Amino acid sequence: MKSLIIGVVAAAFTATVAFADSHAVRMGTEGAYEPYNFINDKGEVDGFERELGDKLCEIAGYSCTWVKNDWDSIIPNLTSGNYDTIMAGMSITDERKEKINFTEAYFPPDPSAYVSLAGADAEVINGNVAAQTNTIQAGHVSSSGATLVEYATPDETIAAVRNGEADAVMADKAYLRKLVEESGGELEFVGEDVMLGTGIGMGIRKSDEEMLAKFNAAIQQLKSDGTINTLIEKWFEMKGPY
Amino acid sequence: MGGTNRPFHPVLMFEFCADPKAIDGLKWMACYLTTPKHQQFYFSFLIVLALIAGTAPLVMLLGFCGAFMRRSAILPIKWLGHIYTSMVRGVPDIVFFLFVPIAMDQAFEYTRHRILCPEVTEPVYRGNDFVVCTAAKLPLSSSPQWVHETYGFILAMIAFAVVFGAFAANTIDGALRAVPKAQLETARAYGMSERQTFWRIHLPQMWTFALPGLSNLWMVLVKSTPLLFLLGIEDIVYWARELGGTKTSFFEYPHPDWRAWYFLSLLIFYLLLTWVSEKAFAALTRRVSRGMATQGGKDATAGNAAEPEIAGARL
Repeated sequence: MKSLIIGVVAAAFTATVAFADSHAVRMGTEGAYEPYNFINDKGEVDGFERELGDKLCEIAGYSCTWVKNDWDSIIPNLTSGNYDTIMAGMSITDERKEKINFTEAYFPPDPSAYVSLAGADAEVINGNVAAQTNTIQAGHVSSSGATLVEYATPDETIAAVRNGEADAVMADKAYLRKLVEESGGELEFVGEDVMLGTGIGMGIRKSDEEMLAKFNAAIQQLKSDGTINTLIEKWFEMKGPY
Repeated sequence: MGGTNRPFHPVLMFEFCADPKAIDGLKWMACYLTTPKHQQFYFSFLIVLALIAGTAPLVMLLGFCGAFMRRSAILPIKWLGHIYTSMVRGVPDIVFFLFVPIAMDQAFEYTRHRILCPEVTEPVYRGNDFVVCTAAKLPLSSSPQWVHETYGFILAMIAFAVVFGAFAANTIDGALRAVPKAQLETARAYGMSERQTFWRIHLPQMWTFALPGLSNLWMVLVKSTPLLFLLGIEDIVYWARELGGTKTSFFEYPHPDWRAWYFLSLLIFYLLLTWVSEKAFAALTRRVSRGMATQGGKDATAGNAAEPEIAGARL
């Protein structure tokens, strides 16, 4: 046991003293919330945030690597330094701002919507409603008086409606749209859309103020030259607001 | 760039896969099952096997160390051995799996920070943040992704070894005690030194008592490998869930919820793995029981193919 620990420590110290590059930035994302971010068939991180993030890194002068992390632990693993930013369709909320900083929003507040099996009563939004853990939608469901059923991944919330574990699911409308369109009539939007949150921003450790400033400047540049609008139109079938 | 520069290179398997929308049926399936994403899924089976193969020797090493510490005549070492086995055995595995990698990672980074960046005066713990200087990061932010993944894998392997090593220590200690005293006394009477008695008599006879416990441990180790998923390592469970989920036309190969099929493949994989292990352990048990003064030993010596009785004592 002792020799093992000594061995590992020795390896840890000899391995990587050589090149410390302060321009290397690791970008954390979930990779399961299309079209914001997902893992494409090549096995790479893809989506709106991948494309935008790469452009932001170029402007800010960072060389970026994308890292996948479960949604559940995405904030703790940022603060403990496993990666340096979060771009994962994460809405800017006061609760999250207590733990990390956000850049200004790179995506406007998106309507959240309910989806249930086709032909369901509009009352289902007050029944068992599925949402992903620690999302603004989960917060909304539990304060709406409905029974919240939480799942670790967005995909599982949809599966829960399909197999009857939940009466409805609440998520960002942009995520639900294609799932409903391509369900062959199985799924349907139900009830009114709800506007939640104050837009989506990039999460950055509170101690990384320089990085925050650089990314903020990059976002402003891409907003004013219309790049972000073009990307929003490409991925979301909606008009860019910036 | 991209979180996917792995130590293997995905290839386009078939020419006709260039345009997935134009094909269907078997061709579609052949292309679908050979996407680079699926190749990562297949690769992750090797990761699981590597974890088992890499952890088992470490478990035995820690097991022997723990057992000898518990048997030591020097009291503090004896206590240390007992503290290790009872502490690890008394804490839920999951707590250990979550604690050990994080604690080790932060301990390494903290120490490197102190040595490599003595000029930094700000504290490492700032509010919620754990901040070490760029040079102290482990692995460095600039290292390729596979280095990060290998590092995570090694931490996971150590966590597994620490947990299972405590159980192995208990089993080995028990087996060493179970060897009949008369055997050891006879060895000494023949004039063997302590060392000779251990290597020639005590250790070889120990195995027949240790194997049932160790084979149990092996099975539990095999079955706990999905815990890798908890440690953020992209193992077979991660890929099965990711690949099986409903895929819309954002993906090249859209499909409905196929998670059941993917999890079925994991089920078959684990059943095969444990089945092969059972066979191997049965053969091993017969081998070490030969000539032993136990029921299993009598059976093995008589050339009886029946499962040795000691194996029946498995929990």
